[in-house]
Amino acid sequence: MPAPADRAFGFRTRALHAGTPPDPATGARAQPIYMSSSFVFDSTEHAAELFALRTYGNIYTRIGNPTVAAFEEKMASLEGGLGGVATASGLSAQLTTILALAQAGDHLVATANLYGGTITQFAVTLKRMGIDVTFIAPNDIAALIRAIGPSTRAVYTETIGNPAGNVADLEALATAAHAHGVPLIVDNTFASPFLCRPIEWGADIVVASATKFIGGHGTAIGGIIVESGHFPWGSGRHPLLSTPSPGYHDMNFAETFGEFAFLMRARVEVLRDVGACLSPMNAFLFIQGLETLPFRMPAHVANARAVADFLASRAEVAWIAYAGLPGDPSYALAQKYLPDGAGSIFSFGLRGGRTAGAAFIEALELWSHLANVGDAKSLVIHPASTTHGQLSDADMTASGVRPEMIRVSVGLEDAADLIWDLDRALRRAATAVRA
Amino acid sequence: MILTTVAQRRALLDGARTIAMVGASANPVRPSYFVFSYLRTRGRYTVAPINPGIEHIDGVRAFPTLAAYAAEYGPPDIVDVFRKPESAPEAARAAIDAGAGAIWFQYGVIDAEAIALADAAGLDVVVDRCIKVESARFDGGLAMGGLNTGLISARRRGA
Repeated sequence: MPAPADRAFGFRTRALHAGTPPDPATGARAQPIYMSSSFVFDSTEHAAELFALRTYGNIYTRIGNPTVAAFEEKMASLEGGLGGVATASGLSAQLTTILALAQAGDHLVATANLYGGTITQFAVTLKRMGIDVTFIAPNDIAALIRAIGPSTRAVYTETIGNPAGNVADLEALATAAHAHGVPLIVDNTFASPFLCRPIEWGADIVVASATKFIGGHGTAIGGIIVESGHFPWGSGRHPLLSTPSPGYHDMNFAETFGEFAFLMRARVEVLRDVGACLSPMNAFLFIQGLETLPFRMPAHVANARAVADFLASRAEVAWIAYAGLPGDPSYALAQKYLPDGAGSIFSFGLRGGRTAGAAFIEALELWSHLANVGDAKSLVIHPASTTHGQLSDADMTASGVRPEMIRVSVGLEDAADLIWDLDRALRRAATAVRA
Repeated sequence: MILTTVAQRRALLDGARTIAMVGASANPVRPSYFVFSYLRTRGRYTVAPINPGIEHIDGVRAFPTLAAYAAEYGPPDIVDVFRKPESAPEAARAAIDAGAGAIWFQYGVIDAEAIALADAAGLDVVVDRCIKVESARFDGGLAMGGLNTGLISARRRGA
């Protein structure tokens, strides 16, 4: 009989069990919330071993915590990675990742169709820190290769672009990045590991806002980094990992930790120094969310398809950008990378532009008007005046946002009720345009 | 036998008590020192550095050769090898001569001749793995670091 450790357990089993065995200390079957800032040492020698990173253990919740670690391991299992580092938010997951790889004078390449908050983080905040980001058109592999230079430390993309809905050609991006010695970082927030596992397509690091589908209930803010364990961190391309670090008594992370070099540095230097740690309470909420992820995602996808089909049937709707619809420019890529569905977040435009859009959103009764996605409840927003409102007109166009665009995140209500509400609002919007 | 599964590595580590570390370093930023220090402070294993260039590490006596260790303490359960791949066959021969039960080649210590020698002599062989990482996979250490242990169980660990 094969030993249990060698069975390749399925996604649903891992969503329930990975990282959350019965609590070793108490036998508690649910993951306990270790709401403690700090943890006592066994002895002065134990303390010294912990601080020198020579043994594993809990020191201080800014660097690690048992409840947070349970969430990290569950995410690493679901994404198919070596390990995880949880952070206070999706934005801090990105920043922690980048600061583990790059410093002033370094360079990144990113696809342009990104979340507005990511674009400002890259184009404004990272630039102020001396890290330069070149934006390329999505899936333009020739432009990617042209943009990679000797100081380029990573390539960054989103599985499904927010809000344009374009699907990244992950395999082509990873192949091109690797050919030039650079890792691929993928924001997998909109797909979740249930619909797409970028590591299986060659991605080296997956980041996500856990606030969205991972939690699923819109209660907690958090982020996660998962690394594949496949990138050669000791190649010399990332001096922060392969030269002695003054931040850790001249330790060479790649030499000392091998495949764990990136995860170790992200935790013990970046998380330690930047301080964007996840609360154990929020980690618990995300663990609860992940237990039902394999059941929520198919329901999200089914509702999204019903809503998209309804909108496509209406004369008031000028266009829909949903990679799950045949005819969408990303449809073929979605079939390849998202065979179980292109998620439930997409955008559309109303005839009548901004006026119609505003009237539409204000007429909705059941759809919540707010700046989040991936909640069990259906959500709606006008990106040009909100999530992407801080961008210049040129950056807004480059990121795929049009003035009349409405972004929806289709939730888990009865599809007929969602469609009933959309029908009412479309009629109201048409009246407003005629008035 | 070449051990390729998680269960085989777990059985090896559960059954072992003595580990001789060929190429253990006293330099506190070297990987071999990390592994030595981890295994020693866990308290589960008796760990012996094998390195002709040093007298001791953290007060633990070092032996110049595996033969010198075995002459005094008998065959080690595991010989853990931190050497360049080209020195691996020499380590394998020494482990066989010392009567070791298993030989563990650390990350990157990959040499076909060394593996074949040890396997043919009846030793259990682990290749391109870290004994610290595998030990921590089973004792809960990796899980504390948010790392993917690959372990799924509804049993309480240690119960």
